[in-house]
Amino acid sequence: MTSALNEEQILLRDSARDWVREKSPVSAFRKLRDSGDVDGFERAAWREMCELGWSGILIPEEFGGSGLGYRTLGLVLEETGRTLTASPLLSNAIAATGLLLGGNAEQRQHWWPKLADGSAIGTLAADEGAHHAPERIALAAAKTGSGYTLNGEKRFVPEGGTADLIVVAARTGGSAGDEHGLTLFLVEGNASGLSRRPLKTVDSRGAADLAFRNVELPGSAVLGSAGDGFALLDGILDRARACLAAEMLGAATQSFETTLDYLKSRVQFGQAIGTFQALQHRAAKMYTDLELTRSCVEAALDGLDRNVNDVPALCSLAKARAGELWHLVSNEMVQMHGGIGMTDAHDAGLYLKRARVAEALYGNAAFHRDRYATLMGY
Amino acid sequence: MSDLEIFRAEARAWLEANCPPSMRGDAPNAADEGAEVVWGGRRATYENPEAELWLDRMAGRGWTAPTWPKQYGGGELSADEARVLSQEIARIKARPPLFSFGLWMLGPVLLEYGNEAQKREHLPKIARGEIRWCQGYSEPGAGSDLASLRTRCEDKGDHFLINGQKIWTSYADQADWIFCLVRTDTTKKHEGISFILFDMASPGVEARPIKLISGSSPFCETFFTDVKVPKENLVGRLNGGWDIAKRLLQYERQNISSGGFGGGAGVELEEVAKRYAGEAAGRIADPDLRVRVAAHRMEARAFALTVRRLEEDAKAKKGPSPAVSIIKYEAAKLNQDRCELMIEAMGLRGLGWEGDGFAPAEISATRSWLRSKGNSIEGGTSEVNLNVVAKRVLGLLDHQ
Ligand SMILES: Cc1cc2nc3c(=O)[nH]c(=O)nc-3n(C[C@H](O)[C@H](O)[C@H](O)COP(=O)(O)OP(=O)(O)OC[C@H]3O[C@@H](n4cnc5c(N)ncnc54)[C@H](O)[C@@H]3O)c2cc1C
Repeated sequence: MTSALNEEQILLRDSARDWVREKSPVSAFRKLRDSGDVDGFERAAWREMCELGWSGILIPEEFGGSGLGYRTLGLVLEETGRTLTASPLLSNAIAATGLLLGGNAEQRQHWWPKLADGSAIGTLAADEGAHHAPERIALAAAKTGSGYTLNGEKRFVPEGGTADLIVVAARTGGSAGDEHGLTLFLVEGNASGLSRRPLKTVDSRGAADLAFRNVELPGSAVLGSAGDGFALLDGILDRARACLAAEMLGAATQSFETTLDYLKSRVQFGQAIGTFQALQHRAAKMYTDLELTRSCVEAALDGLDRNVNDVPALCSLAKARAGELWHLVSNEMVQMHGGIGMTDAHDAGLYLKRARVAEALYGNAAFHRDRYATLMGY
Repeated sequence: MSDLEIFRAEARAWLEANCPPSMRGDAPNAADEGAEVVWGGRRATYENPEAELWLDRMAGRGWTAPTWPKQYGGGELSADEARVLSQEIARIKARPPLFSFGLWMLGPVLLEYGNEAQKREHLPKIARGEIRWCQGYSEPGAGSDLASLRTRCEDKGDHFLINGQKIWTSYADQADWIFCLVRTDTTKKHEGISFILFDMASPGVEARPIKLISGSSPFCETFFTDVKVPKENLVGRLNGGWDIAKRLLQYERQNISSGGFGGGAGVELEEVAKRYAGEAAGRIADPDLRVRVAAHRMEARAFALTVRRLEEDAKAKKGPSPAVSIIKYEAAKLNQDRCELMIEAMGLRGLGWEGDGFAPAEISATRSWLRSKGNSIEGGTSEVNLNVVAKRVLGLLDHQ
C-alpha cells in the first residue's frame, strides 16, 4: 500500500507543476537543443530548481536539505519529466543517495551542503559498456600507499561533462563479472588524469564518456567500505531506477495526454479521429498501462522511504514497467499524429528520443525482467 | 535449354560484363538515412561515376523498367523473364540503378490510363532517369481522408489554373515534375478529383523542406499559387482522377512491400546483438534479446515466404490475391521491429546522434530507427491499411 500524500508533498508537487509550466515547457528544452549547448541543461533553470529546494529533497535538514525522501522527489521528477526538463536533478539526487547509503560524517559534511544548494552537481559513473551491467565493472583502482590509483573508462555518464562530484564504481579486487571486489569512490570532476568527452546522444542531454588515467585518490575518497561495494552500488542503482521511473512516468503521461488531445481535435472523414474504435481501444489500453505503472512507481518510491524489504524487486518492477509503458506510448504518439508526428517541429520526436535513452539507462526492461526473476528466486 | 534458361544465361553474362564493381554489394536502403542512392532527374549529381554508368547501361538495355514496352524505354520482358532478371541481379548483388517514384508509381499508371502522347512524352524519360517525379497527394486537412483534398484546379479555357497546398511531399524540392491530385468539382467528393501532371519549375510552385525527426528533410510543404498547367497534362477524364489515384496507391504499396523498407542493409541484427550485447558459445548471450531476435527473424521469414506465395498465386490466377493488402502493413511493422531491436541490441551506442563518440554505423542505426517510424504512416497509414483489409477482404462493414 502506498501512503497518501501529505500536505507538504501536495504543495511541493503543485509548485513543481506551476514552475514547469511557466519556466520549463518543452519549448525550453527544444531551444536548449537547438542552441547546440553541450552541457545538456540550462544553468539558470537549474539554479531556480535549487532555490525551490528540489536539489535538497533527499538531504537532511542540518545539511541544507529538506529530507523529504524519495516519494517526494518522485513527485517533482514526474512534473519535470512531463516537459522533458533538462536538468541534473536526478543525477544530483543519485550522488546524494550515495552519501546517504555509504557516506561517512566527513564526506557528508563536505558534499551534502553543496549538492543541496546546487553549488556542486553530482552523478554516478557505473557502466562501462553500452548495456547496463554493474557486475561487469572493470575500471581498476590499485592500492598505492594510503590511497588508490584509478585507470579505466566509464561510458554514457549522465551529466558526465559537468559533474563536480562523480561517484565512481571501480574494481579493487576480483575481475569483471564478479560481484565482489568493487569499491566506490568520490571523485572530483576536475581530478587530474580524468578526461571527459561530451557525447551527442539522440536525446540531446548531457552524457559523457569519462577516461581515467592514473587518477590519484586519497584513502578518504572511498565511499562505504573497500572491496565489497556491490551492495552499496546496487542500493544506489535501485534508487536511481525508481527515481528515473518516476520521471519516465511523468513523460509518458504527457506523451499520452498530448496524443489524447490530438485524437479529440484532428478531424478526418468528417469526424474526430478519436471516434474511430481502432484508436479508442489503443488509447484505453495505454491508459490501463499508465495506471499499472503509476502503482509500481509509487510503491517503489514509498517502499524506499519506508525501507520495506522487497525494495530491489519493486525498483526493478517500476523501471521495467516505466520502460515498456513509455516505449509503447512514445511510438503511439508518433503514429497517432500521422505525418506531423514525424516532423522535427512537433514534440513527439523529442519524447520518442528521450524515451529510448531512459529505457536503456540503469537497465532496460529485459535486464529488469531477468533481475526480477532472480530476486524472486525463479 | 528452355527459352527462359537461355534468357537467364544471357542476362547473367550481360550483368557480369556491365555491372561496375562498385555497384555490387549490399544495396543501400532508400529509406536509410545517408544512404547513397541514385534518384536521377535534371539536377542529378553522381558522387560515384560508376553509378551513372550503371544507370546508363541498364536504361540502354531497357532494364530499369524491365516489363514496359520497348517504345516507352522498357525492356518488354515477360513476367517470368523479369523475375529471372531480378534473381540474376540479386545473385551478383547489383544495386538498383535507379530509385524513382516515376518507375514505381507513375509509370504503371500512365501505361494504364495515359494517352499515347503522355506515354511517349513521360515514360522514356522516367526509364532513363532524366526526370524525377514527386507525389502531390496529401494536404494539411486531407491525409487518411485523402478524398477531402481541396487544391483547386480551374478550367481557364486554354489552360488549367492551380491554387492550393500539399504537404509531406517527399523530395518536392528536388523533383522536376509532380503527379498531383486536384479538385475540379467542389460539389462532389471523390467524383470531383482529377489527376494532373506538371513541371515543378512552373511559376507559382514553391517547395519548403520540412525536417524529419531523423534529422533529414526529405519532405516538403508545397504551395501552388496561380500555377498554369497545359490542358494536355490531365491524365484520364476530368473528375475521373480518384480511380487513378487509388490505382497508383496500389503500386506504391506494392513497391514498398517488395523491399522499399529495406530489411538488412548490410548489418545483420544477430551479429549486432552478439557484438554489442555479448556472445556465449555462438549464441546471443542475453536470452531475452535472443528470443526476441529469433521471433523477429521468424516473422520476417514468414513474410518473405508469403510474398513469394502471393506472387506465385497472382501468376496462376492472373490477378492479385486479396491477401496482398496485408503486405504493406506487415512490411512496415517488420522494418520498425527490426530497427527497434537493432538499437536495443546496440544499447546506448545505438542512441547516438552525431559526433565522434559514435561509429558511423551506430549513428545510422539511430537515424534509420527514427525514419522507420514513418513506414506505418507513408503511403497510407497502417490503420487505413487494416481498415481496407477488414472491409474489403473480410467483409466487416461499418455499423450504420
Ligand atoms: C515519411 C513520409 C513520406 C510521405 N511522402 C508523401 C508524398 O510523397 N506525397 C504525399 O502526398 N504524401 C506523403 N506522405 C503523407 C502520408 O501519406 C500521410 O501522412 C498519411 O496518409 C496520413 O495522413 P495524415 O498525416 O494527415 O494523418 P491523419 O490522417 O490525420 O491520421 C492521424 C492518425 O489517425 C489515424 N486514422 C485516420 N483515419 C482513421 C480511421 N478511419 N480509422 C482508424 N485510424 C484512423 C491514422 O492512421 C493516424 O494514426 C508521407 C508521409 C510520411 C510520414
